[in-house]
Amino acid sequence: MAHPNDDSAAVRVRGLVKRYGDLVAVNGLDLDIANGECFGLLGPNGAGKTTTVEILEGLLPCDAGDVTILGRTWRDGRKLRQRIGIALQETHLADRLTVHETVTMFRSFFDRGRTPDQVIALVGLEDKRDAWVVKLSGGQRQRLAIACALVGDPELLFLDEPTTGLDPQSRRRLWDVVSDFRGQGRSCILTTHYMEEAERLCDRVAIIDHGRIIAQGTPTHLIGQLGGTQVVEFRASPDVDEVFCRSLPGVSGISRFQQRWRLTVVALNRTVPALVDALRDRGADLADLTTHQASLEDVFIALTGRALRGDA
Amino acid sequence: MSPLGHLILARLREFYREPAALFWTYGFPTLLALALGLAFRGGDGRATPIAVIEGPFASERAAVLAQDPGLSVRTVSPRDVDSLFLGGGIVLAVGADPALEYRFDDTHPESEAVRRRVDDHLQRAAGRIDPLPTRDRPVTAPGSRYIDFLIPGLIGMNIMSSSMWGIGYTIVEARKRRLLKRLAATPMRHGDFLLSFILARLIFLATEVAILLAFAVLVFDVVVQGSWLWIAALSVAGAMAFAGLAMLAASRTQSTETVSGLMNLIMLPMWVLSGVFFASSHFPDWMQPMIKPLPLTLLNDAMRAVINEGATSAQVALPFAVLSVGAALTRVVAVRVFRWN
Ligand SMILES: Nc1ncnc2c1ncn2[C@@H]1O[C@H](COP(=O)(O)OP(=O)(O)OP(=O)(O)O)[C@@H](O)[C@H]1O
Ligand SMILES: [Mg+2]
Repeated sequence: MAHPNDDSAAVRVRGLVKRYGDLVAVNGLDLDIANGECFGLLGPNGAGKTTTVEILEGLLPCDAGDVTILGRTWRDGRKLRQRIGIALQETHLADRLTVHETVTMFRSFFDRGRTPDQVIALVGLEDKRDAWVVKLSGGQRQRLAIACALVGDPELLFLDEPTTGLDPQSRRRLWDVVSDFRGQGRSCILTTHYMEEAERLCDRVAIIDHGRIIAQGTPTHLIGQLGGTQVVEFRASPDVDEVFCRSLPGVSGISRFQQRWRLTVVALNRTVPALVDALRDRGADLADLTTHQASLEDVFIALTGRALRGDA
Repeated sequence: MSPLGHLILARLREFYREPAALFWTYGFPTLLALALGLAFRGGDGRATPIAVIEGPFASERAAVLAQDPGLSVRTVSPRDVDSLFLGGGIVLAVGADPALEYRFDDTHPESEAVRRRVDDHLQRAAGRIDPLPTRDRPVTAPGSRYIDFLIPGLIGMNIMSSSMWGIGYTIVEARKRRLLKRLAATPMRHGDFLLSFILARLIFLATEVAILLAFAVLVFDVVVQGSWLWIAALSVAGAMAFAGLAMLAASRTQSTETVSGLMNLIMLPMWVLSGVFFASSHFPDWMQPMIKPLPLTLLNDAMRAVINEGATSAQVALPFAVLSVGAALTRVVAVRVFRWN
């Protein structure tokens, strides 16, 4: 179903600031999300993701900045609420209502939308349709929360850590739900700690730390910025230094993470044999050698204060 | 169905699916009425226990008094008298001397009447001739027993506590679970949410009051002297006043412990002062100006006037109006200051 658009941007944010006393939770954040785009916010605990998202949802006031959602501001909020769907990071719905009763109640708040049974099936809770919320598992409750977010057939969906605590199968099912949603040309903002999820679902991601965006782009673009496509991790005893790492062939990035060296490399078959030889020449033992395809995880580690720069 | 309809339905379901709430709303007040009604049953022909202290005149006096079926007489040794008084075993003791000596606890409500009655029996037996013949005809006026006093107070107390707990606690719990925030994130009208509590409360109220009154009428033969319409009107006004107080207490409170404390702070003084179990006129005069305007006092006094004395509209219009205005004011302020997260 096509939605009338009076603006091409789903979300436009300029200079967003939110303070809690002395703590600056969001520190001058700009964001542009196009219609039909699925956008991911990544960042460590306390980075300011939830705070940002709740300001965008019109649930928290900000201290400075401009927020435009679907071409409107929160000053004319009620109409806007009809067009967005929200799953908060944490909500306990009423204990003694059934799944179907809960979704039906949420449906009644929207002028239009899908039937409760449709969204219950979408998140795979048909079996639990008539079970009380208090009797659901944590993951099932999370899926119910997402059903409630979808029941108003929103143009823009906010999901704050939608798959935290879900088993792999439920997570995959939810990915399908979000993919379908995006496939209908709608927009979505999600926060997550799972890089795989962001890579799979998001057209673009932003990495947030201390309330600022420190990197932004498509997952491929961000991984490309690492300068290599493979990552080599190792530990040596006695330990080696950064100069040693830089001397190896094909190394484009060096970081230190949990007492291990992390090298971003262009080709494993050039770097790994050279590493083994160089350590043998020094009489150092090689421990814990692992390699993997570079992912957003590596971008995250390279950027969120665990980068070599500034480290000992 | 409208969003408001769904919200009310949710309130009703949450309530009847919670056994503890059902008990405190319906079971507890009825049990309390039953227990207190049985304990303080009056006019049931139970004789008043008195004693005659052992001595030369004891058996003669005991025989005279035994003729009154309203008295239960025993002869006791002087040593036992004090302990019998302490335990409430006797109300009055007749001394052993030739001159009549009555010992009684003058704070006991029945003692004066018993003293007069015993004295009459013994004086007449000793030959006193009353100048005018007298005849006793005891009147058990409807609405004068303890249970008659108790029932309107219990109705008032129940309206207060179920309105306060049902609304105040539930709202704060929803805020703590971030359910309020989640609802505020939908296009739901904020007013509908609070209104659903009010309307659901009215539905519970009708059953609560009806059950307690039916129980009183059927089990204790309580007679409703006044208008049922006024009982309903006062119940609604009282419930709305307490609902307003509950919303005010819950409007910004973050923890259920805090709101429980707050509501107990509001309710406890009224339980004691507002004439639930005993008349508030027992408190000294200087306290009365503080007790009279309490919402539960207004409700209890008006309810008692209607049920026991058949009060007219003119007599209860004022408390009704005060409760209604209080309900409106508290509600307006509560909606103003209400926090959704
Ligand atoms: N109500 C509040 N009062 C004070 N500080 C707060 C409040 N809410 C959040 N904060 C602080 O703001 C910062 C950002 O919190 P936020 O919840 O946005 O983090 P997040 O990125 O969502 O983290 P997580 O991944 O753990 O969910 C944190 O340091 C947090 O302690
Ligand atoms: Mg968060």
